[in-house]
Amino acid sequence: MTVPRVERPGLYYPKLPATWWLRNANYFRFMLRELSSVFIALFLVVFLIQLHRLPQGPGAYAAYLETLRAPGWIIFHVLALAFALYHSVTWFNLTGVVQVVHLGERQVPPRLVVGASFALWAVVSVVLLWFLLRG
Amino acid sequence: MLTRKTSEPFWWLLFAAGGMVAALLVPVHLLVQGLAVPLGWTSISHARMLALAAQPLVKLYLFALIALPLYHWAHRFRFILEDLGLRGLRTPIALLSYGAAVLGTVATLWVLWRI
Repeated sequence: MTVPRVERPGLYYPKLPATWWLRNANYFRFMLRELSSVFIALFLVVFLIQLHRLPQGPGAYAAYLETLRAPGWIIFHVLALAFALYHSVTWFNLTGVVQVVHLGERQVPPRLVVGASFALWAVVSVVLLWFLLRG
Repeated sequence: MLTRKTSEPFWWLLFAAGGMVAALLVPVHLLVQGLAVPLGWTSISHARMLALAAQPLVKLYLFALIALPLYHWAHRFRFILEDLGLRGLRTPIALLSYGAAVLGTVATLWVLWRI
């Protein structure tokens, strides 16, 4: 007698409908967080195309920037920015849970780790903004 | 117990690094390049962009900024599809997601090489 092969024995996979994440706000937020990575990746592809246009000369570069002025692209970037901020906030909130920091015998309170992560984000953002916008 | 060796920890490390890079750096780049420049709030000249991107340290930064979050995407996208019920296609989905990230890494190297 042949027994059907189970891919990962010992693991239980509940059967759920494809719309399970619409059932409550927590599931929905989880799905939004997962979806944020798609928008971030799309933006980085757009950025890569911009870098690709760079050595082709000022004309090609300006034409590309002109494309990004279209309302559709502006809407995309507004959405992408909202998702990117959502990713940052959820990511730094998690650092307190994931990253346990010890100072000697004592554990640094998770809230302090989260606070430090947000502070680091602020400092990096300001430095980057200054670097991009000067001169 | 399952003691099968997998490449999971390797991909997970790239996922974590990519998530961190995306959280720290992507919002400002999105704000400046996606909105501030196209809407005319500020402008960055072609000459300045080119001079910046030609520097080796900046290239290294751009490589990390673009390539690492692709693995973060791959990891999450893979589980989005699995969570939506495509569990029967585990292996092809994983290959497709991580494969796309690897392809994106190669494309990033190629683009930066030519600047």
